[in-house]
Amino acid sequence: MDPTLSLLLNGIVSGLLLGGLYAAAASGLAVSFGMLDIVNIAHPALMVAAGFAVILLGGALGLDPLLMALLVAPAFALLGMGIYTAYHHFFERRGDEALQGLAFFFGVMFIIEVGLVMAFGPEQRFLDPDWAFTTWRFGEIDVPLRMLIPALVSLAAIGLLWLFLQRTFIGLAIAAVAQDAQALRLMAVDPVRIKRLAFGISVGFAAIAGGALVVVQPIEPSSHHVFIGRVFAVCIMGGMASLSGCVMAALLFGVVENLTASFFGPSWSPAVAFGWLLLVLAVRPQGLFGRAA
Amino acid sequence: MSATALPAPAVAGERRHLSYWLGATAVAVALAVALRLLGNEYGWYAGYFVLQYVVLAAAWNILGGYAGYVNFGAAGFMAAGSYTAIVLYESMGLGVIPGILGGAVVAGLLGLGTGYLTLRLRGVYFSIATLCLAVVLQTLIVNWDYVGGSRGAYIIRPMTVPGFASYGEYIFIVMLVLAVLAVGIGRTVEMSRLGTGLQAIRDNERAAEAVGVPTLRLKLIACTLSGALMGVAGAPLPFYAGYINPEGAFNLAYAVNSIAMPLIGGAGTWLGPVIGAVLLATLQQAATVTISSALNLWIVGWMLVIFVALFPRGIIGWFRNR
Amino acid sequence: MTEMTRRGLGRAAMAGAISTAAGAFPALAQGSNPIRIGYAMSLSGGLAANGRSSLLAHRIWAEDVNARGGLMGRPVQIVSYDDQSNPANVPSLYTKLIDVDKVDIVTSPYATAMIAPSMPVIMQRGMTYVSLFGAGVNEKLRYDRYFSMNVTGDDIKGTYARGFLECTKMLPTPPRTISILAVDNDFAQRAAESVRSMSREYGLRIVYDRSYPPTTVDFTPTIRAIQAARPDVVFFASYPPDSNGILRAVSELKLTAALFGGGMVGPQIAAVQAQLGPILNNLVNWDVYSPEPTMKFPGVEAFQEKYRARAPQEQTDVLGNYLQPYAYAQMQVVEQAVNRARSLDQAALAADMKANPFSTIVGDVKFGNLGEWATPRNLFVQFQNITDGDLEKYKRPGTKVILYPPELKSGTLRTPYGAPA
Repeated sequence: MDPTLSLLLNGIVSGLLLGGLYAAAASGLAVSFGMLDIVNIAHPALMVAAGFAVILLGGALGLDPLLMALLVAPAFALLGMGIYTAYHHFFERRGDEALQGLAFFFGVMFIIEVGLVMAFGPEQRFLDPDWAFTTWRFGEIDVPLRMLIPALVSLAAIGLLWLFLQRTFIGLAIAAVAQDAQALRLMAVDPVRIKRLAFGISVGFAAIAGGALVVVQPIEPSSHHVFIGRVFAVCIMGGMASLSGCVMAALLFGVVENLTASFFGPSWSPAVAFGWLLLVLAVRPQGLFGRAA
Repeated sequence: MSATALPAPAVAGERRHLSYWLGATAVAVALAVALRLLGNEYGWYAGYFVLQYVVLAAAWNILGGYAGYVNFGAAGFMAAGSYTAIVLYESMGLGVIPGILGGAVVAGLLGLGTGYLTLRLRGVYFSIATLCLAVVLQTLIVNWDYVGGSRGAYIIRPMTVPGFASYGEYIFIVMLVLAVLAVGIGRTVEMSRLGTGLQAIRDNERAAEAVGVPTLRLKLIACTLSGALMGVAGAPLPFYAGYINPEGAFNLAYAVNSIAMPLIGGAGTWLGPVIGAVLLATLQQAATVTISSALNLWIVGWMLVIFVALFPRGIIGWFRNR
Repeated sequence: MTEMTRRGLGRAAMAGAISTAAGAFPALAQGSNPIRIGYAMSLSGGLAANGRSSLLAHRIWAEDVNARGGLMGRPVQIVSYDDQSNPANVPSLYTKLIDVDKVDIVTSPYATAMIAPSMPVIMQRGMTYVSLFGAGVNEKLRYDRYFSMNVTGDDIKGTYARGFLECTKMLPTPPRTISILAVDNDFAQRAAESVRSMSREYGLRIVYDRSYPPTTVDFTPTIRAIQAARPDVVFFASYPPDSNGILRAVSELKLTAALFGGGMVGPQIAAVQAQLGPILNNLVNWDVYSPEPTMKFPGVEAFQEKYRARAPQEQTDVLGNYLQPYAYAQMQVVEQAVNRARSLDQAALAADMKANPFSTIVGDVKFGNLGEWATPRNLFVQFQNITDGDLEKYKRPGTKVILYPPELKSGTLRTPYGAPA
């Protein structure tokens, strides 16, 4: 095969796999930020915290990190419900969510990061399953399981979430709550309860993304910095409240980043990716895949 | 929430301005004299550390506090100031004062540009855009060899400055003057029609627009002013440290503190950021030399969360409500 | 010996480890009039991993010195603050150390980015200054009381990559092409510059030469691009955790090369060695210490034994095979200069450091031009015989075999990297 073509194809494939990780991280945010209008800037930090939980518990119990992530996800969902309860009590109820709410999550993010440093030290941690050292080859194209399995697990989980949102009453209520909380009340549904549940789901997804992250790379308490900009970028480009848009944007983001790295050198990929977001914000603020308001 | 919504008679307004400038100058002179009598170099350096945050918090407050648009990229604007100073130093050998002026211009233009791109949208888009702006700027600086790239840039600062006990004192006095100016500018904004318009935007942007407030123009002015002052806060940094690198210039601590300080002190008032910055920066400086561990950053995080939860109007608001 | 438990407290006071006269707090220690050594160190933030283990090494040194009766008969006390890996904190911390704490001697924080902002303060006070792992800090400043505990010497560009490129001569067939990938930070860029400038001398054509930002998540496309350029020699200059990402991607894409490695920071660290295991086999990498017979300097084993006993509870690198012996040696330089000069006068200390060699646990050290080591000693080691992630083997010879410099050479080059085992 022509080397350039091989480079191009591999760049696309590896970008899609990387996009799978971004999708895992951003889909939780699509629920909280997109649907509930809660700017949870601590989402990537929660993801890293979950990664630490996965490494500690998975290491102690000898379990696979992705399985472990599914097991800690309910605990993180509960944590998320707790955070939402506090958020609702102090900010949403008072109508202070814009400024103070943002600052609240900023503080939470900071507390998580520094708390992790104090509890576990600044060293990087890892938990590698045996399969993560295998690579499948399809002709000229390499597919490392280290990237493939987390991407597939993430996409499967997102698929389930999508079904849940489309097919169940609670799911529909979640999609509706941001649009019209009053209508829900008329249907004898407590919008606060629905939002609490939805926020729990979103943080539970952060835990799954944390498990995926652990497989992809070793983590340290500050690992989430890299993701803050990226997941919000993906979420906005995906059109905020749309899970499918979010996945598409995540995959596209990964592909753009990796093709830039392949052909122009990796030093320009963040600037290209974020410059692209700025452009999207400027000309098409409803996102690449969002409908015009 | 503050008395400023009522247009004060012009004469009284001027008198109030005069009393601020006189009062602030008196406080500044007293501070400088007291530190000089103390005769301790550490005083200048610790003082600089606190005052840079006063400038930064006052700058953030102009857009974040009055208009409610949260800027996550304070470190980016500040670094724009720092690196403008570096460029002026490298190309023309200019010192700290021209660096500050240049930093103000560049960071102000940056604010104008970002604002123009995103301020027509909801506030949260602006916030995310500022976050991205910091990333893009850092990438540019890292790839720009002229300012040292990732290696950082050195400034050989003079050992002495005529009329000052040491360079430490000189840089402290510079920052002191900047702090008085920044807070004064914030106060002038608050008392002017610009401030009233920004507060109307914060309270209800659509309603403000409906009654004829030129919201976009006011926001752009505020964003430019706020950005310029953040650049001003950053420009003396390379002269203070003698060295700057991208990791230091874009440090997360600046972004966190620039938000935490006004909110804890009382966002949307000119005095709030000053109180927040003095309190938090002093606490951090004290914690750095006593507890000296990650714990002191943790305390800042908890203080931010507790304050915004329990005292949404900050310390100022809490006192006013009593 | 009483164990320091006040880890969180910056005043890691060390006075009188055996004598009970001096307590943990400076106020209590005044009776015995300790010599106070002050510095800032990164105990949180990005540089904390190495910062914390340096602090542990310094404490072990202080305990050793105090057990021998102190410096000039006075106990030694360490005063340290956390700079949080933020350069902007450094100037005020050093003025505090000098003006308020009135320490007798200052030493440096870890790494160039933290050392550089301390320099204006140090120079203004005319303090004699021994730094730890800075690169080229004094190039522009040219301060005559600056001394550097780092193996790189005063001409990184002209010397750093020499050892790596010398290894090309050990290959059965001379290589013709080289690829360079370096992270955007000070040390890595200097390393890349060095190999770039010397490649031609070794008959190597540069077929790939790029930088990457430290925020890179996925290295697959970059490694793929390097693979497409088909280099015989692969040079990386990277930092953790990127070093992991690069080596994982290399093993997944089965990138092979006759000579592979460079200036990767990460494979020196125990956690990375545990994770990567056999992926490290045949990697030729820059290093500063390896427990080979040729590097058994007096005292280094005793130090490492003490260090390893305490590292787990201090949450630092468990092996201490990297900068830790150098942190200890940094303080040995101070110790020997004070003992020779019989004085704490900064000019006298600087004069002694300029004039005389030092005998440390990392070997004999002589300071030369700009306060850097007179003769650089960049090691290039090859990882060999690794089958798993167990760390015990890194305590023994034969795992990190020294290929360069010739006087420390302890084994022969194996090639290529990445061939099926």
